[in-house]
Parts: sequence; structure tokens; C-alpha cells
Amino acid sequence: MLSIKNLQAKIGDKQILNGINLEVKPGEVHAIMGPNGSGKSTLASVLAGREEFEVTGGEVVYNGKDLLEFSPEDRAREGVFLAFQYPVEIPGVSTINFMKTAVNQIRKYRGQETLDAVSFLGLMKEKMKLVEIDQSLLNRSLNEGFSGGEKKRNEIFQMAMLEPKLSILDETDSGLDIDALKIVAGGVNKLRSSNNSTIVVTHYQRLLEYIVPDFVHVLYKGKIVKSGGKELALELEAKGYDWIKDEVAVA
Amino acid sequence: MSKDNQLLEELTSREYEHGWNVALETDSAPKGLNEDIVKFISERKNEPEWMLEWRLKAFRLWSKMTEPKWPNVTYPAINYQDIIYYSAPKQSAKPKNLEDVDPELIKTFEKLGISLTEQKRLTGVAVDAVIDSVSVATTFKEKLGELGIIFCSFSEAVREHPELIKKYLGSVVPMSDNYFAALNSAVFSDGSFCYIPKGVRCPMELSTYFRINAANTGQFERTLIVAEEGSYVSYLEGCTAPMRDENQLHAAVVEIYAMKDSHVKYSTVQNWYPGDKEGKGGIYNFVTKRALCAGDNSKVSWTQVETGSAITWKYPSCVLKGDNSSGEFYSVAVTNNMQQADTGTKMIHIGKNTKSRIVSKGISAGKSQNSYRGQVHIMKRAEGSRNFSQCDSLLMGDQCGAHTFPYIDVENSSSKVEHEATTSKIGEDQIFYCQQRGIDEESAVALIVNGYAKEVLNQLPMEFAVEAQKLLALTLEGSVG
Amino acid sequence: MSTAITSKSLSEIIGSFSAAEFPEATASRQQAIRILESKGLPAGKNEEYRFTPITRAVENVFTWKTQNTPTEITSIDPFLIEGLDANVLVFVNGKFSQSLSKIISPENEINVKSLREAFDKDRELVDSYFNKLVSPETDSFAALNTAFWQDGLLVHVPANTVVEKPLLLLHISDAANAQVVAHTRLLAIIEAGSKLSIVEKFDTTGEQASLHTFTEEIEIKENAALEYCKIQNDSGKAYQVINTNIRQADSSRVDTFTLTLNGQIIRNNFAITIAGEKCESHFNGLYMLTGNTLGDNHTVVDHQKPNSFSNEMYKGVLDGNSKGVFNGKIFVRPNAQKTNAFQSNRNIALSSNAAINTKPQLEIWADDVKCSHGCTIGQLDEEAMFYLQSRGIDKSTAQAMMLYAFTAETLNTISNETVKHYVDSLISERLHKNF
Repeated sequence: MLSIKNLQAKIGDKQILNGINLEVKPGEVHAIMGPNGSGKSTLASVLAGREEFEVTGGEVVYNGKDLLEFSPEDRAREGVFLAFQYPVEIPGVSTINFMKTAVNQIRKYRGQETLDAVSFLGLMKEKMKLVEIDQSLLNRSLNEGFSGGEKKRNEIFQMAMLEPKLSILDETDSGLDIDALKIVAGGVNKLRSSNNSTIVVTHYQRLLEYIVPDFVHVLYKGKIVKSGGKELALELEAKGYDWIKDEVAVA
Repeated sequence: MSKDNQLLEELTSREYEHGWNVALETDSAPKGLNEDIVKFISERKNEPEWMLEWRLKAFRLWSKMTEPKWPNVTYPAINYQDIIYYSAPKQSAKPKNLEDVDPELIKTFEKLGISLTEQKRLTGVAVDAVIDSVSVATTFKEKLGELGIIFCSFSEAVREHPELIKKYLGSVVPMSDNYFAALNSAVFSDGSFCYIPKGVRCPMELSTYFRINAANTGQFERTLIVAEEGSYVSYLEGCTAPMRDENQLHAAVVEIYAMKDSHVKYSTVQNWYPGDKEGKGGIYNFVTKRALCAGDNSKVSWTQVETGSAITWKYPSCVLKGDNSSGEFYSVAVTNNMQQADTGTKMIHIGKNTKSRIVSKGISAGKSQNSYRGQVHIMKRAEGSRNFSQCDSLLMGDQCGAHTFPYIDVENSSSKVEHEATTSKIGEDQIFYCQQRGIDEESAVALIVNGYAKEVLNQLPMEFAVEAQKLLALTLEGSVG
Repeated sequence: MSTAITSKSLSEIIGSFSAAEFPEATASRQQAIRILESKGLPAGKNEEYRFTPITRAVENVFTWKTQNTPTEITSIDPFLIEGLDANVLVFVNGKFSQSLSKIISPENEINVKSLREAFDKDRELVDSYFNKLVSPETDSFAALNTAFWQDGLLVHVPANTVVEKPLLLLHISDAANAQVVAHTRLLAIIEAGSKLSIVEKFDTTGEQASLHTFTEEIEIKENAALEYCKIQNDSGKAYQVINTNIRQADSSRVDTFTLTLNGQIIRNNFAITIAGEKCESHFNGLYMLTGNTLGDNHTVVDHQKPNSFSNEMYKGVLDGNSKGVFNGKIFVRPNAQKTNAFQSNRNIALSSNAAINTKPQLEIWADDVKCSHGCTIGQLDEEAMFYLQSRGIDKSTAQAMMLYAFTAETLNTISNETVKHYVDSLISERLHKNF
């Protein structure tokens, strides 16, 4: 599904990713953890194609194609979905209108017929149930005046609508109370299948109680310094990140 | 950045969609303006003596006036003697019904997406089609007539309803109001007249479609709407012109007279030819639009989507004379390439407890200059009055300008005025968010701009709104830098 | 601009002005006279003076020859700010008074002298900075001032110096015996890394009318800072036109406060040119007017370079037959990207005979900027008034409390506690006395 080899990236003059290696196979859930400033969100942004970040080395192969060659929208159309840490507000544009535009542009790209209003609404109703989101929220301007929980739920709703092959959840748990977290995680779990993969970027282990990962990687100073199973997350929770830093320092 | 520039290049070089012109045979006045030309126009229209006198009076006034220089626009001096003031498509006789209308003309309007054939219209919109200087067809006249509504060309109104024209012509915009209003009063050739009798709610949208076709011709149409007590009407105006290298002058006057408890909605989608990328050609759109809320509780709403014209100079205004009367102004003005717009509104509060609301959304791209100019004047006796204004500017690219000139004058202590203005650009994070969901950059910009302008677009009747959205997207796609 | 100063009155002014007595800056004086001759003073139709008929008033009230009015003032005590330990510079009827002035800061901190003296002794500074920020072309009162200024002040703060004691400028018009016409100047240069605080006060004694034009040019160099406070609490027959021009270099900071309480017609033309990057400018104003006072604040913030921040907040409370005029221009020039410029003008009208004319104006030529302005005209919040009254506070006290709260945040740009306390007492006094 996704193969990252020696990926390096910088923003301005600041080198942030220093050679990331990661293999993600269909059906797998990978958690990327790490202290603040380790490059977690940068990795998510680079995979989604944010222009501020310059890739200075390495490669990313996604389903046999060079992902870095694609424009951000074509990555989305190829099935890469980023759930934003800070979802953007767009005044005057309703989520429904936004999603209809997105769904139909993606369908066009894939050579499928575009959906008319009726079938779009049908699809939407079905997906709304998954994330327990209310239609009144979707009628409002995109993310404008939404609470933190509503914004994140809207992200997962969009994920459900676009049916991505590779989902990257960037700090989806930040700013969520426990009930909202459960709903969001529940949505993600319902969308899991043997064909799609998920990368969960998070600082805390908390989210991983609900979205159980197959692999946990620790990112530090732009590199993956430790990988393991889900028990690694528990260890991090218990011991904090300092022992990792010490290990890296010793090495 | 270079990709954006390329995109910008590609899209700003896009051709104006309505730039074709039709080879219509015309009957025109010679170039220039003097009393003889005014007489020529009046004669061609078989006008009564009083109408000619009115025109001549306006012409003499105009001759003594000077062109206003205060708008924030620049253009080479206009040679008023180099303009043709009357041009009409040749027709053997005034058509009695649509079957008699020159098929070329009908085709012209079909090309614009406006069908003059009543049965083809899906929704109830009555159209008065004005090409160059004259009205060529008005639809649904009979059906409206049953309700006592008069909807006809201005020339016809002068002949058929002289008492109404005499009473209301110039009652809202006096001929001496300003330079272009005086010019229009002297040489106006046609336009629409609309009269809604007491207590009647007009069952369909009334619409005038203006098209400049002939070269070197100025267009000077005049619209007069009279809404009697308790009546309601929604009025639409659309306009296009062929692409021509020279600038053409359009100086229209719109007057709305609203009586007690009446409500008039006036919507414009202005898409005159804006000139080419270098600023060559295009329409000078110098228009005076004003409503008099004469009666208590009357209400007038102006909605405009301004995408065309090389230069726009217009301030649809409301004089709120009746107690509790209210005025609204919703505007989206888009400028691209070398376009210049100086537009806004005046809300003059005279009556007690009068209310006004202004929502203006300016969008500047390319090398254009976009100015909002507005006045809210609350007079001493307008106690308890309210105004709210929101004037936002969106800039796309670093070569355009956005200007806001709000004048707020309050002369009593029981009124409340709030004015807010912001300037911003389309956020890169907004575009990226859209792209991440699979929406390409052009569509993302269109989506964001339409969202930005939504409060105004929502005021338009449904089918006009769709048209306006397309037009916005077309004018601006890819202009983000 | 139509000519409202007649050639007759202009020749009267020129006649009353002895060129031999004021030899300084002859070339700029002559240029300004030429501008006056061609433009005159602004008439009613002039856009910038549309609501402020000062030209007409000035022409009707003043005989131009009275500008060198003699004075009997021997003590400045009534005009001082209690408890303020400051360098005091005194002008009486347009003339600098050495004897009434007192400089307490050490000489190496600040160089202060009469501008006329500076033409002799600090020629280099004068040549580099005098008449550079002011433009007689754009404002005819600045032209009038440039043509006929009698005296002024040079203030020079050397690099990397913090002037501990503020500068208190007292402009006194002694109109006990005759009308006063005075034209004065300030030229201040705050060199890189330095800091200065200026407090200006305007006072008139006597019953006759006074006209004062004052033109200020203040250069703030890299990393320098200025705090500026202007207090206009003059007599009901005072006419003032004050042109304040400030230019900021990289990373400099300006905090200003302008308080207008009294006078016949008070016109402030206040312009900040942000000619450097990473500058910060906060400028506040408060006008609390009553009687027949007309207070007019015209402000310009001109962002010429990227990455700067400006915040303007002017508030007005209008009672009696007073009139408040506000015009705030924000320019963001084409290369001034990443500018943040904010402006607000809030007004409360207390009397049905008061009038407010406001025109916040944005002109933006750069796209990556955040600019906004907000403007309101209204009354005190009735809900809040009722809330206070329901707790047993009488209506007039409640109103004073609300108004005090309304004005309070404009004082944020004053850091000197003594000055702040003084301003605060003026506001309180006004609230109890007149509202």
C-alpha cells in the first residue's frame, strides 16, 4: 500500500524529517507517536502534499506509484485522506456542498458517473449514521463555529464519504473529551477493512485504546527510532518519552 | 507560484462569453449630441410635445454641467460628440406579437439564454428585451394586464400612460441630479416601465434584458418602477455587450417609487463587456439607481452582482422618507485584469424608525481596482433609526487594490449605526483543505469565493443566483496567486 | 480645492509678518506662501474639511495682524500636571519662553532648544529633517504654518538613550487683552535604540479668541520608541489645527493618546508613516465634547513596508450641540505584505443636538494582509443601564459609570502613571460636570 524510504523534508531552512522508513500493508493500522516537535504532523502533511514542505530526499511509493509526483487533489483522488489536526473553516460553504463537489470530482477522476443530488443525499444519510453527525451541522458553513468535537467528527464523516484507501489521522484526539473520542474512534473502526490502511498520528496512548494499532512507531528528531506492537504505546504511556530520548542519546 | 501564474495567465486570457455581435440592420442617429439629436430621438419615438420639452430641458442642464471627478477611477476623457445616441434594429413596424419580431433578434436573445417565446419559459419570468436603444419585445403582457400590472417598454408607456410617466418620471432621480442622469434624461431611448397597482402581489419575476449590439453607440435606458400601496414586485436586470476595441458608454437611470406598505426587490447581474486583458475596450457603466421609500413601512432591496464593465460607477440608493421604511443593499463586485469599480450605496434616513442594511463583498484580482463607497446619513428627525453595514474585500494577487470609503453621518442620539469592514485573501490553508478532499485549485477558489459572496447571492431569485455563481467562478477562476 | 483665503487676507498676513524678524527657513516659507496663494485655505467643498468649517470661522473671527500678542504671564503653575516630574518647555502666544521653561534631564540624554536657535546651532539636523515629513501641498493649514511659524522646538535624542523624564510641552495662549494667532513647530528626532515620552498641553487664558496652528515632525529611528500624549482642554474660543507627522523606521514603536475635551474647533491631522519593517504602532484617541465644540480627528496610517502592526482606537462621547468628526485612513502599499492594520471608531451620542460624521477608510494594495475597521454610533446599552439602576444606582451615576468604562481602554497607550492619573481625573471631571 505505502512504502516510505529514507524520506527527508524541510520547511524554510529547517530540516524536519531526517530519513523516515515505513511500510504499510493493506488492512494495517500504524500508530506514529512521539514528543512535540518530533515531526509527526510534518510527515502527515508531506504525505498529503502540503506545499510549504520541501521534500529533500527519499521516496514514497503508494500502490506502485510515486506519491510525491501527484498534486494534493490527485493524492486525494488516488485515495489518500488526511484528517486535519486543525480543520479549516470556509465561511459560506456548507459541508454538504463541499462534499458534493469533492465526491463528484473524485468520481470523475476515477471515470465514474457523478452523483445527482438524490443519490448524493442518500449516500450522505448512510454515512452520517456511522459518525453520529447531525444533518443540521452539515448544512452550516464548513467548520465555522464548530466545537472541537464537531470539527473532528466532521473530518471522520468526510473520511466515510470519500472511502479512502489510506487514511492519515493527524492528532485526531486533540481537543476531544472522552465521549467525543469514543464516537470518532467508533467511526474510524467501522471504516476499517482488509483493503484499507490507517496511520494514526498521536501524542497520547489514549486514542489507541479505541483504535487498536497493529504497529506503533516512535518518531523523534525526524526519524523513527523505535517500532513495536501495541504494547509499545502502553510503555510510552507509563514511562513518558524521556527514556526514548536517552536511548537515542546513548546510541 | 509559477504554476499559479500559469493558471492565472490561462484564465485571465479567457474570452468574454457574450462577445459576439450580430449583423442587425440598424437605424441610427448621426454621431454627436445637440438639440437636433434630442429632437431626432423624440421624433423617432413618436413622442408627445411634453416629453420633448422635458428632454430639451435636461439637455440644456447637462450642457452646463461638468463630469464628476471624485470617483476612484481613471479613464481617458470621453468625447461626447463621438457617440451615437440612438440606434435601433430595423423592423418594418413595431411588432404586435412575437411572431412579428425579427427572427435574428429572437436568435440573439436565445444565444444569451433568454427565450422570448413564452411557452418555452419554465418559470414565470416576464421579459422586456432591450437591444441597443429600443425595447424589442415584452413577454407575458396580457397575463400581467389581468391583474392591472403595467409592464411595457418605456416608449410605449410614454404613449399609453402619459399621466403616470408625467407624474413619476424624474420624481426620484431629478434630471439635475448628476451629470450622467442629466445626459440620460436628454437622450434616453428606451427601457422598461412597471406599475403595480394597490394591493397586488406580482405573481412572476419581471425582467429587463439589456444588450448593446451596435458599434460606437451609447446606451441610455431608463427604468421606472411604481409600486402602489401594499404591492410587491421582484425585478431582474441583466446585461451584456459585444467585444469591441473602443469603449462604449452606458448611462442608465433606474427610479423606484415605493408607496405605503409596498415592497420592491431589484436584482441586477451586470456582465457588460469588461475590455480585454490590457484594458482595451469595454463598457463605461455610469448608472444612477435610486429608490424613494415614500410611504410608511415601504421596503426596497437592491441586490447586485457586478462582474462586467471596464469601469463601473454606480450607487443604488434608498431615500427612506416614510416612517418605518427600510432599505437594503446587497452587492458582490468582482474586478479582474484592468477593470475598475467604484460602487456602493447611499441610505438616506429621513423618516422615523427607518432601517437599512448594507452587505458589500468586493473581490479584486489581476490589476484591477475595486472601491466600495457608501453613505449612511441619519437625519435629525429620523429618530430611532438603525443601520448595519458589512463591507468585506477579498484580494487575489498582489497587483490589485481594494478601497473602502464609508461616509457615516448621524444627526440624532436615538439612532444606531454599525459598520464593519475587513480585508483578506483566500487562505492557502483553505485551498489546501479543499485539495486534500480531491477538489482542484480552480474549483476550490470558485467554491470559496461563492461561499464568501453567499449572503448576497442568497438574495437573488433562484435561477439568477445559479447564473451569478457561474459568472463569479468564470471571472475569477485561478486568479489566486 | 477652492480658494477661501482671499489674496487680501493673505497679503495682510504677509504684511503683518516681518520677514526680517524671522529669517529662518526663507525658502520653505516662500514655497508655502506660493502654495497658499494658489490653493487658499480649504473651503466647505473640500473633502478633507467637509464637516469642519474652520476656514470660514477663522476668516470671520480673526484679524490676521494680531499674531504677536503681548503677554503678562509670569507663572506656569496653573498649567502644570500635578506631580509630574518633567522637562517643561513653554510657548506663550507662539513664542518660546526660555525663562518659563525648565530642562531637568542631563544634557547627554537629550538636546532641546528653540527651533530658531537650532537653525543657528544645529544646522545639520535642521537641514536633514526640517520640513521633510510635513507636506504643505496636502494641507493648507500646514502651508500656513510653514509660511508663518514664529518659533518651535528641536528635540534630539542621541542613539541608545532612554530619556527618563518626559517632555511636557505647554502651549499657552494669553488672550486676556487681544486675540492670539500663533504658529509653532516641533521637530523631534529619536535616534536608533532610544526612548522618549512627550506630553502636550494646550491652554488659553482670557476671553478673546485664539488660533493656533502647530506642526510636528517626529522621526523615530530603528528600534526607537515614542510615547505621545496630547491633551486638548482649551477654552471655548480656541481654534486649533495640529498637524502631527510621525515616521517610523525598522522595529520602532509608537504609542499615542489624544484627548480632546474643549475648544471651539479642534482639528487634528495625525499621520503615521510606517517606513520600516516590524514596526508596532498603537494610537488611541478620545473626544468627549459638549457645548458647541467641534472636534475633528483626521488620521492616516501609511504602511509602506512589510510585517508591521498598527492598531487605532478612537472613541467619542458627544453631548450638547457638539460635533465629532472622525476620518481614519489606512493605506497598505503594494509591497507592505503581512501587514496587520486594525482600526475602530466607537461613538456614543448623548444629546439629540449632537452630530457625528465618521469615515473610516481602507485602501489596500497588498493581498497578504489582515486589515479591518469597525465603526459604531449608538447609545449606552440599556440593559446594562437597567442592571445598574436595579441595584440601586441612580441614573446619572449609572451613566457616568458606563461612560467611564467605555472610555477606559483608550488610556492603555499611556504608561506614565502620573499622566494617566491626570487624564483620568479630567475624564471623571467631565463625566460629573457635564454628562
